[in-house]
Amino acid sequence: MREFFHSVTLDRDKCKGCINCIKRCPTEAIRVRDGKAVISPERCIDCGECIRICPHHAKQPIVDPLSVMDTFEYTIALPAPSLYAQFNNLEDTDIVLSALCDIGFDEVYEVARAAELVSEATRRYLTRPDVQKPVISSACPAVSRLIRVRFPGLVDHVLPFVAPVELAARLAKEEAVRVTGLAPEQIGTIFISPCPAKVTAMRMPLGSDKSWIDAVVAIKDIYPPLLHAMKKAKPRALADSGRIGIGWAESGGEAAGLISTERYLAADGIENVIKVLEDLEDEKLGELEFVELAACAGGCVGGVLTVENPYIAKAKLKRLRRYLPVSRNHLGTTLPSEVLWDQPMEYQPVLELGADATESFARYNEMQKLLDALPGLDCGSCGAPTCQALAEDIVKGEADFEDCVVLMRERMENVLKVLKIDKPGWGLARKGTPAEEEPEEDLPHDD
Amino acid sequence: MASESEPICLHYEVPGNDFTRAGEASADLKARLKALGFPSAAVRRAAIALYEGEINLAIHAHGGHINVSVTPQRIDMLLWDEGPGIADIPLAMSEGYSTAPDEVRSLGFGAGMGLPNMKKYTDEFELTSTVGVGTRIAMAVYVS
Repeated sequence: MREFFHSVTLDRDKCKGCINCIKRCPTEAIRVRDGKAVISPERCIDCGECIRICPHHAKQPIVDPLSVMDTFEYTIALPAPSLYAQFNNLEDTDIVLSALCDIGFDEVYEVARAAELVSEATRRYLTRPDVQKPVISSACPAVSRLIRVRFPGLVDHVLPFVAPVELAARLAKEEAVRVTGLAPEQIGTIFISPCPAKVTAMRMPLGSDKSWIDAVVAIKDIYPPLLHAMKKAKPRALADSGRIGIGWAESGGEAAGLISTERYLAADGIENVIKVLEDLEDEKLGELEFVELAACAGGCVGGVLTVENPYIAKAKLKRLRRYLPVSRNHLGTTLPSEVLWDQPMEYQPVLELGADATESFARYNEMQKLLDALPGLDCGSCGAPTCQALAEDIVKGEADFEDCVVLMRERMENVLKVLKIDKPGWGLARKGTPAEEEPEEDLPHDD
Repeated sequence: MASESEPICLHYEVPGNDFTRAGEASADLKARLKALGFPSAAVRRAAIALYEGEINLAIHAHGGHINVSVTPQRIDMLLWDEGPGIADIPLAMSEGYSTAPDEVRSLGFGAGMGLPNMKKYTDEFELTSTVGVGTRIAMAVYVS
C-alpha cells in the first residue's frame, strides 16, 4: 500500500486543541493529542469538513499557487464547471475562459466538456447486462474514498470511469503534445478546483497509477485576478460545453445527464451520503439504476475552495444554462481508453478493531468493559470524539483510560474528600482569578 | 474447531409502531460486525434479516425484543414478542402475503416480503407462534 497523502494540513500555531473538528469528522479520523489536532492518514477521506468547521482556520487545504504556471512551458487551464457559478450576471462562459487565457494560460479545456463524455460513457455502461446495479458515481473523490474504507459490499458498484477532470487532463494533454510538439512533462494541466480532495486525487488517484493533472489551483485563489481580467476581457469563442456538462457543478447534475433513466437518486452532504450508502448496502432503496453522491452540500458548488454561497451559485447556474444546447461533446462508437480505470478499486479495512477475529473479539469485549466505566457524555475533552472512540483508542494502545477528564475529576474529588480538603471551586474560578481567592461562602460544598 | 473468543451478546428493545426508530437495532449490529471485521456478505445478510424482523415487530406485534449472539463462526438472532401471533404460518411465509394495514403500506412497508426475506438471507430460520400469545423467531447466519 502506498503512503497516504492528504490535502489538508494543520497550522499548529493556530490550532487551539478544541473539539470542533473531532466532532465533525465523518470517519472519526481526528484526535486532539498534546493540545493539537492530529489526523489519522488511513481514516481521512479528504471530505474537507474539518477545514469548513475550524473556527481558528488552523486546517488549511494544500493547493498550488497560481504561480505554478511558471514551471511549465505550456499551460492548460482546466476550469471546473462550478467556476462559472461564482460570478454575478454571467451569461456567457466565453468571458471566463478568455480571461483565463489573458492571465497567462496558453489554452483552456473545460472540465464540463469531459463531463459530457463521461455522461455519455455512463449511459452506455448502464445498458451492459453484467453491471452491478445501482451504479454509484465515482466523480466525488471523498465519496469514493469513503466507500473504499467503510462499504466493502459496494466497491463493485462504483462506476469504473475516471472523473471528468482526469479525463479532461488526459485529452487536453494528448492534444497539446500533438499540436505543440512539446514533451508531456513540459505541458502543465492545471485544474481550477472547488475541492481540496482533488489534490489528493491527483497525487494518489484511485483507479489508476498516475494522474495526468499536474497542479490544482483553488477557485478562491484565482478568483481575484480572474475577476479583474474578466472586466477587461474581449471574449473569444472558446466555450464548448452544454447543459449537461455545466450541470455537473451541482448535486443532481450528473444523474440528470443520464437522460435515459429516471430511476436515480442524488444525495449531497457527507452525512446524507453515509445514510444512503448504509441503506444501499442493506438493499433498502429498491430498484435504482444510478446513485450520485457528493460529499459537499449542494454538490461541487459547495466545495471548500469556492467563493460563492452554494445555493446562490446554483441559482446563477440556472440562468447561465438557460440558452445552452443539451450537450456539445460526443463519443465515437468505441469508449476511449482514457475514460477507463486502469486498476480496480480495492477495499481498505482500516476501520476494523483487530487484525483477525480473535484479536477483534478480545478488543471488542475489552471495549465494552471500558464503556461501562466511562461516563458516556461524549464530551470530547479527552481528545477523542466519543467515549466509544476513546475506548477503541485505549484497546488499540493509542490512548489511556486516564485521558478521561470527567473520571479524573471524580478521582481528584475523592482524594480531596479522603484528605478532608474542601473542593477548590472547579469551574467557578475564572481565567486569571486564582481559585483560592474566591470567597469561600460562594462555593457549593459537598456534604 | 472451537473458538477461544467468548461470544458477544447484544440485546435490543423494539418499540411498537415507531418507524423513525425501527432499523436502529440492525444498524447497530451492522456497525459492530463491520468493526469486528466480518466478511461483508455475512454482515449484509444479518443486517437485512434483522431489519425485516425489526420492522415486523414494530408493525405487527406492538414492539418486541431481540437477542443477538455473535461468534467468529455464526451470528444468532432471536426475536420474540407478545403480539397477536400468526394463525397460518405457511401462508405468512409465502411471498407477497401481508396483513399490514394501509397506513403502513403507504410508508412503503408491508410488501409481504419480510418473513420470506428473513428466511432467504439466513442459514437457519425457525418460526414458532401461538395466536394471542406471541411469536418467536430464531435465525442464524453462518460466517463461512
